[in-house]
Amino acid sequence: MSGNPYQTSPYRTSLRTAADWGLVTLALLTAAALTQPIGIKDGAILSWTADPIALLFLVGSAFSVVGGRTAPTPAKGAWVELGGAAMAWLLPFHLLNEGVDLSRGWGLWLYLIVATVMLWRVLGVLSAVPGWRRSLLVPGLFGLGLLLGWEVLVRGFQIPSVLLPPPSAIAASLVKHAPVLWDDFRQTVLTSVVRGYVMGCGAGFAMAILADRVPFLARGLLPLGNLASAVPVIGIAPIMVMWFGFDWQSKAAVIVVMTFFPMLVNTLAGLQTSERIQMDLMRSYAAGYGTTLVKLRLPNALPFLFNGLKINSTLALIGAIVAEFFGTPVVGMGFRISTEVARMNLDIVWATIVVAAVTGSVFYGGLALLERATTAWHPSMRRR
Amino acid sequence: MPGDAGPPIVEARGLSLVYQAADKPVFALSEVDLAIHKGDFISLIGPSGCGKTTLLRVIADLERPTSGAITVEGMTPEQARLKRLYGYVFQAPALYPWRTVERNVMLPLEIMGVPKAERQARAADQLANVGLTGFEKKFPWQLSGGMQQRVSIARALALQPDLLLMDEPFGALDEITRDHLNLQLTQLWRRTGKTCVFVTHSIAEAVFLSTRIVVMSPRPGRILDIIDCDALPRERTLDIRESPEFAAIAHRVREGLKEGHSYDD
Ligand SMILES: Nc1ncnc2c1ncn2[C@@H]1O[C@H](COP(=O)(O)OP(=O)(O)OP(=O)(O)O)[C@@H](O)[C@H]1O
Ligand SMILES: [Mg+2]
Repeated sequence: MSGNPYQTSPYRTSLRTAADWGLVTLALLTAAALTQPIGIKDGAILSWTADPIALLFLVGSAFSVVGGRTAPTPAKGAWVELGGAAMAWLLPFHLLNEGVDLSRGWGLWLYLIVATVMLWRVLGVLSAVPGWRRSLLVPGLFGLGLLLGWEVLVRGFQIPSVLLPPPSAIAASLVKHAPVLWDDFRQTVLTSVVRGYVMGCGAGFAMAILADRVPFLARGLLPLGNLASAVPVIGIAPIMVMWFGFDWQSKAAVIVVMTFFPMLVNTLAGLQTSERIQMDLMRSYAAGYGTTLVKLRLPNALPFLFNGLKINSTLALIGAIVAEFFGTPVVGMGFRISTEVARMNLDIVWATIVVAAVTGSVFYGGLALLERATTAWHPSMRRR
Repeated sequence: MPGDAGPPIVEARGLSLVYQAADKPVFALSEVDLAIHKGDFISLIGPSGCGKTTLLRVIADLERPTSGAITVEGMTPEQARLKRLYGYVFQAPALYPWRTVERNVMLPLEIMGVPKAERQARAADQLANVGLTGFEKKFPWQLSGGMQQRVSIARALALQPDLLLMDEPFGALDEITRDHLNLQLTQLWRRTGKTCVFVTHSIAEAVFLSTRIVVMSPRPGRILDIIDCDALPRERTLDIRESPEFAAIAHRVREGLKEGHSYDD
């Protein structure tokens, strides 16, 4: 650190230098919160002073703000403030356990707004720290915050679970219906999606290689690609079910239709990216078409190939689930959603949605990791 | 002259090349006559845009002449290319970013089907030649521009071609490295009896390295003068640059360049 007395080091904050408008806002919001009740218990209004634990939590959060802003480094301060925010988000669970009705506890809701602002600041600080904190902790905390907010809002305002169940109820349903969900997953993802995806992407890739050699194919196919991307999946799904029957074949066919052209278009674009001088080099080595393809053009096309694969991972899952609405053996994620919605069993529908969302994310994330491993050389990947 | 025995390695007669650009044709080469013999070290020098790269590309069969005749080792340039008779150092490094330095140098050997052990030995040799030992596992973007260019020289040398075509290989290097590599190149050329065609903008470099200097002028690209360097010994050391013979040749090259250089248009 330089000894310049006119420069405040970001690592040596005193409370005075840290007293910015954010802090003033927090203080005002907290003061406002203190004037409002935290809920209704047995028909009577519950104030902060009536529940010592609530007051304790509030004081704890206040101290964490002070502690966080005077900590030796911003990262350490962030941890302290995170503790304060966590305390705030735990309070509603304590009150709900006590049987308190939170829907008009405006003091509590203001307190939670304060905690959200704190969490915002914490995430801002942590995302400036490179390493696992930025890549894992920040998205993790973000997601956790969303889930907590969802849970507290739904339970606090007593939203009917048919409209929106709290995450805890969905988690319980995931456990309860695990065998059914696993069967659905196996049918939809492991059978239909995997096969359709491999066939669709493989065919698109192969056709791109062919079209690269036979120019009229590219000219003829690319306009068709635009057409195909505009065809609604709702339209082709019933037709494919008529053609290929109820089982996975019709789902795979829908997926092939949806994924073929994105892969074709991306591969073709990727094959065009090699520079003239790189091609000249291959020519000077008297390298043939195949050698040039394998050693130069495909590596150059990798970012495009992954682009196609990633787009298609999402399309394939959507395609399979939607296609199952139009006929399937009595198993599958789309089948489950369509039948259980009709029976008002919303908890299993939500559980299926969670399975689909997690599957899609893992699929996409896996491809993104693979991309990072194989195209680390590419300018767009280097700084990450 | 020692290089004159036998048929020429490269022989161009009445060579012309017109690029059909969008607005008007560009006369990149016009009526070029040139014979390069075994063991020659030819430098092409001339103002920017006078067709040096184009001439090199025609020899390498990367460009087809519009008219005129050219043979390489008695064959058409295409046959020579298919037999991998030359190594080409491009004006830009043209490294493949997904390959490490070492694997970039091994690329032509892989394509030629050289066994792995020999590939590695040759790559290590050539990287040592250009002073890049220890950088084998680095990626091109982790190297400076000059280092990248040296990798591309090592890559061309790893082919061990009899004919070496080099397009401003040392343009991006500092003076000292350049001197060092000039010395290495001239020694390599003496030792192996390679034929070199070398493009440069530096008069000193051209005189130091060459047996003959081809001075070119633009619009249309043509040969103004071919200057013999027989006055200098074939064995070149850095101190010949102080000799009066060296100064005399450099002067002649400079005069030739001035003649071709017109800023009127
Ligand atoms: N592919 C091309 N299409 C059209 N014109 C070209 C092409 N390549 C080169 N030219 C033109 O041909 C002329 C000769 O170009 P060339 O690259 O051979 O010059 P050069 O002597 O190598 O120049 P420099 O010293 O700048 O590298 C230039 O006027 C250039 O504009
Ligand atoms: Mg050039």
